Amino acid sequence: MKLDYCSIVENKKINEEIYEMTISYPDCEIKPGQFFMIKSLERSYLLPRPISVYDYDGKNIKFLCKIVGKGTELLGRLKINEKIQILGPLGNGFELNEINGKIALVAGGIGIAPLNYLVKKLKSKNIDSYLGFKDIVFCTETFKKCSKDLIITTENGSIGKKGYITDYAKWKAYDTIITCGPEVMMNKVIKKGKENHIKTYASLEKRMACGIGACLGCSVKTKDGIKRACKEGPIFLGEDLIIEEQTW
Amino acid sequence: MVDLKVNFLGKEFKNPVISASGTFGFGEEYEEIFEVEKLGGICSKGLTLHPKEGNEGIRIWETPMGLMNSIGLQNPGVKSFISREINIMKKYNTNIIVNLGGNTEKEYIQGMELLNESNIDIIELNISCPNVKQGGMAYGIKSGTAYDIVKKCCNISKKPLMVKLSPNAENIGDMAKACEAGGADALSLVNTFSGMAVDIYNKKPVFNNIYAGLSGPAVKPIALRMVHQARQNVKIPICGIGGISSGKDALEFIMVGASLIQIGTANFTKPDICLDIIKEIEEFLEKENIKDINDIVGII
Repeated sequence: MKLDYCSIVENKKINEEIYEMTISYPDCEIKPGQFFMIKSLERSYLLPRPISVYDYDGKNIKFLCKIVGKGTELLGRLKINEKIQILGPLGNGFELNEINGKIALVAGGIGIAPLNYLVKKLKSKNIDSYLGFKDIVFCTETFKKCSKDLIITTENGSIGKKGYITDYAKWKAYDTIITCGPEVMMNKVIKKGKENHIKTYASLEKRMACGIGACLGCSVKTKDGIKRACKEGPIFLGEDLIIEEQTW
Repeated sequence: MVDLKVNFLGKEFKNPVISASGTFGFGEEYEEIFEVEKLGGICSKGLTLHPKEGNEGIRIWETPMGLMNSIGLQNPGVKSFISREINIMKKYNTNIIVNLGGNTEKEYIQGMELLNESNIDIIELNISCPNVKQGGMAYGIKSGTAYDIVKKCCNISKKPLMVKLSPNAENIGDMAKACEAGGADALSLVNTFSGMAVDIYNKKPVFNNIYAGLSGPAVKPIALRMVHQARQNVKIPICGIGGISSGKDALEFIMVGASLIQIGTANFTKPDICLDIIKEIEEFLEKENIKDINDIVGII
């Protein structure tokens, strides 16, 4: 893990709210599920944004950035050769040797990003991917290539099946489930995993200020006490998480 | 060569830059990023006598040039600190300041008794945390209440005691005077400003505690004014805190009366920013032909 400054190689607009940012960063050891704290050098806002690695080929890192506020909007506007501040790789990442048997990847929206790098690295022929989107479908090519079966849903059914992705998974068929996406979706996946006694890993997304374990902003309730999503996570075993019922 | 050394409460600081409580853990998270021993000192995460799990719900919220937090003093407790985390801080060959909070008078005193026997340099008495339901900031609003707790703690403490003031105090000048009268060896100010954020889509406050602490560049001019006011009211040394994110900011605090300064929120923007700040202070002094940083403390 280190603090560094690197140049944008490409910043491709995928759709109105998603950008695929490529930076040159050779010879780094990056596990799927790890992330970087990324900040433009613009000094009009304070916090870097935690962005998980979407792809890495040993030379260039790709990130999928969803514009949700000012910080990510500025990342989306970055042009080729502009410099950014990066800190990473951070977090525990997935342990590839623990992911085995018949595997289900269940992702929602921008949650596909870390699983894209994972599905490539797993090199398993036994993966089914379930990808849920609100209305616009994006970045599904790697999943198509690396999965045995690919199911896509949109809430209105404009592309793929209609409804929520969690309604389509045949849970009992799997030995390992990996999930990343909106909290409500992941909670449901974790619950299904528990009910069916399937090893389930969730990649959590939390607000954080530092990304290195100092600010304690990204706390996660687990069976073993409070953990930090940035340090002990962001990958947690579903059965270790204490999930509270949604209050709203 | 300019001299950045500061003598503060009998301790030598190699420079006036300290990492602020709650933004730097116990130092270890930063040691992979830069040489932590280059700092004048490290201030520990706020400790309480017993371990605390901290607050539920959203804990961090960015505002225009500000950061709101509601961590709620999550910490391992003083006992764990003395047996474990202190050893991490000790590695860095710099001054160790321990931030101590509490819910009750008894908790402050018991925490202090334990710290008396430990190998630390200064205790920063936190009477200003806005994110705990009892105690914390409640001691830092009224001067009379602050005087009582500071006096009791000073009677017990064998370590130099620096009292961390809340900007939410009724009158910062009176508060500074009350703490000095209670026996404080130094003051640090300011802690975070009590603020609020609303999630308009869910029509609820963002934070479970409703109010949270605001820090960052947005609060700097107010913090600076408060340090200036405190300086006018007390003789004891002051450590300035509040939105400092450059050498220029640090020098402003020094010129209005802070002998030392703390860097908090800016550590999150750029984790090695303390080194930039030390360098910028040094460059300014060289350019201005000021040989000793102490010559400009409180010149305004």
